[in-house]
Amino acid sequence: MTEPLLEIREVECRFWVSGGLFKAKRALQAVGGVSLALARGEVLGLVGESGCGKSTLARVVLGLLAPTRGTVLFHGEPVAQLGRAALARRVQPVFQDPYSSLNPRKSIGSIIGLPLRVHKVGARSERRARVEEMMDRVGLARRLYHDSPGQLSGGQRQRVAIARALIMRPELVLCDEPTSALDVSVQSQILNLLQDLQREFSLTYIVISHNLAVVEHMATRVAVMYLGRIVEESQTTALFSAPRHPYTQALLSSVLTPEPGLGVPDTHLGIAFPNPLDPPTGCAFHPRCSHAMPVCTERRPVPRHFAGASTACHLYDSA
Amino acid sequence: MTALLKVEGLDVEIPLAIGTLRPVRSVGFEVERGKTLCIVGESGCGKSLTSLAIMNLLPRRARRTAQQLSFAGRDLRGLDERAMADVRGNEIAMIFQEPMTSLNPAFTIGNQLEEALLRHRKVSRKEARARALYLLDKVGITAAAERLAQYPHQLSGGLRQRVMIAMALMCAPKLIIADEPTTALDVTIQAQILHLLAALRREFEMGVMLITHDLGIVARIADRVAVMYAGEIVETGSVEEIFRHPLHPYTQGLLRCIPVPGKTRRGAHLGSIPGMVPSLLGPLRGCSFRNRCSYGFAPCAVETVPLAEVAPGNAYRCLLTPEACALNARVGTAA
Repeated sequence: MTEPLLEIREVECRFWVSGGLFKAKRALQAVGGVSLALARGEVLGLVGESGCGKSTLARVVLGLLAPTRGTVLFHGEPVAQLGRAALARRVQPVFQDPYSSLNPRKSIGSIIGLPLRVHKVGARSERRARVEEMMDRVGLARRLYHDSPGQLSGGQRQRVAIARALIMRPELVLCDEPTSALDVSVQSQILNLLQDLQREFSLTYIVISHNLAVVEHMATRVAVMYLGRIVEESQTTALFSAPRHPYTQALLSSVLTPEPGLGVPDTHLGIAFPNPLDPPTGCAFHPRCSHAMPVCTERRPVPRHFAGASTACHLYDSA
Repeated sequence: MTALLKVEGLDVEIPLAIGTLRPVRSVGFEVERGKTLCIVGESGCGKSLTSLAIMNLLPRRARRTAQQLSFAGRDLRGLDERAMADVRGNEIAMIFQEPMTSLNPAFTIGNQLEEALLRHRKVSRKEARARALYLLDKVGITAAAERLAQYPHQLSGGLRQRVMIAMALMCAPKLIIADEPTTALDVTIQAQILHLLAALRREFEMGVMLITHDLGIVARIADRVAVMYAGEIVETGSVEEIFRHPLHPYTQGLLRCIPVPGKTRRGAHLGSIPGMVPSLLGPLRGCSFRNRCSYGFAPCAVETVPLAEVAPGNAYRCLLTPEACALNARVGTAA
């Protein structure tokens, strides 16, 4: 394998949470020992329930949060040494809510062009030309240059967010729930756009989404997170056709595909997502797992490697 | 068999300074006992306003008119606010999208559950508590007795939505109106909540009217479907008819927009519906979908498009013949 574009090594994030008045602060481990490598041109899907640490991991990759332990390497260079500005040139986010991620008082042109101004790229006229070129590319009419976000629809706003993310020609784009706030007919337009742009600018994506159909459509590889750890990682086709981890299986079975007559599946998951302040012993998934064995409460499973895939589950200990 | 809820020619008008907004226009459908009707559409299509109109919970300045609005043989149109308040939460219960905001943070779960019954029935607090315990258990909440003493913030989103469902069931309603009941929840919790709703519907023989934008949910839970666009029902039929033989170009377009694992080729372009929803101000002429429709022709702009029945219970609102629409569906999938 060629040198990975992004490498996450044993990243761990802890937050100190107040236990209440006169009580000691407690550690909340949002991300625990996550390792991932991402090659250029890949699309990594990151899935899991809310509170599993996806977004915390995203903040670490963006350099917005320093991990408690572990390192993030970009082209083999630790992100911590790269500096914020240098990292921002190469890694950019697209967030979920285009209603709150754009400054309502700025014009569209100024929002998209801000990264150019921050990084002092070119003269004023040159910057404007680049912004307009990017607006063309993401399907925004140039006449919207002086409009404010309030005059735009949700889909148009998300196009603005994408244009802003791509204006510095980053190598890695982190899409955190890029279409969750959009209508179905707009969602498909944004997904199509993201795919076209990926090919055109040979981008690498990390796509975080709770919509597994979207992840299946976009991603080349998928990592499943549960309570701060990656429980399974595999090529998309393999993961969707033969999920190994019981949690992945439950997650996939809860996808409601538009096929009438199949009914609503019974996921056999208990109802309680564990309290991250008081995580279960051993495998964090054991209280909800239908295959739980005595060993699951005692030891945390280590990831077992299969061809191009890994699974952290005691069911595969003998394999 | 007579329908539990029968709506015909429902209109909502909102007078504004710049003209009259007509967000719901001649909407009609039926919900049968023990069956689920899904109303599906994108934001602004009037699906939520339709449910609020039925419950008479519209904003004050909105005007509601209907040719028929009957529930279990009673005409809801003539009921005054007090009579309607006796129906709401009692015979028709609602479940809203936001379990975080529709529970009162200042009262315990138990208090809020019991109130629903105490308001409508002559029962003692003890009896109300027993019913609350029974229903919390029914909706799959363990340690129900302890939960009763807890406040909403102590519960997770999934648990809160279960509490909302239990609350809706307190008075054993005949009809449940659920407006996007699982939108704010994780997929795993969503599947559980819908599974629960389907099971309870069977057990208590309730009618369910479920409002959603998610075609996956519709396919899995609905018996009958009404597709709404820009304030009108553009197609209605059984779930099989809508998903297997969609007629209206909008329904067909929506179905092409969503990726289906194992079916849609990875990375392939998804279908899309270009353009935007039209303004619903003032007098409206022609087909409301015409500016986004790839099959539009001149008459679409001028003629009033009726909801034409192709088979009993299956109707669509388009000037094209059913045969032409069916052909569009096939050609569209191939493209």
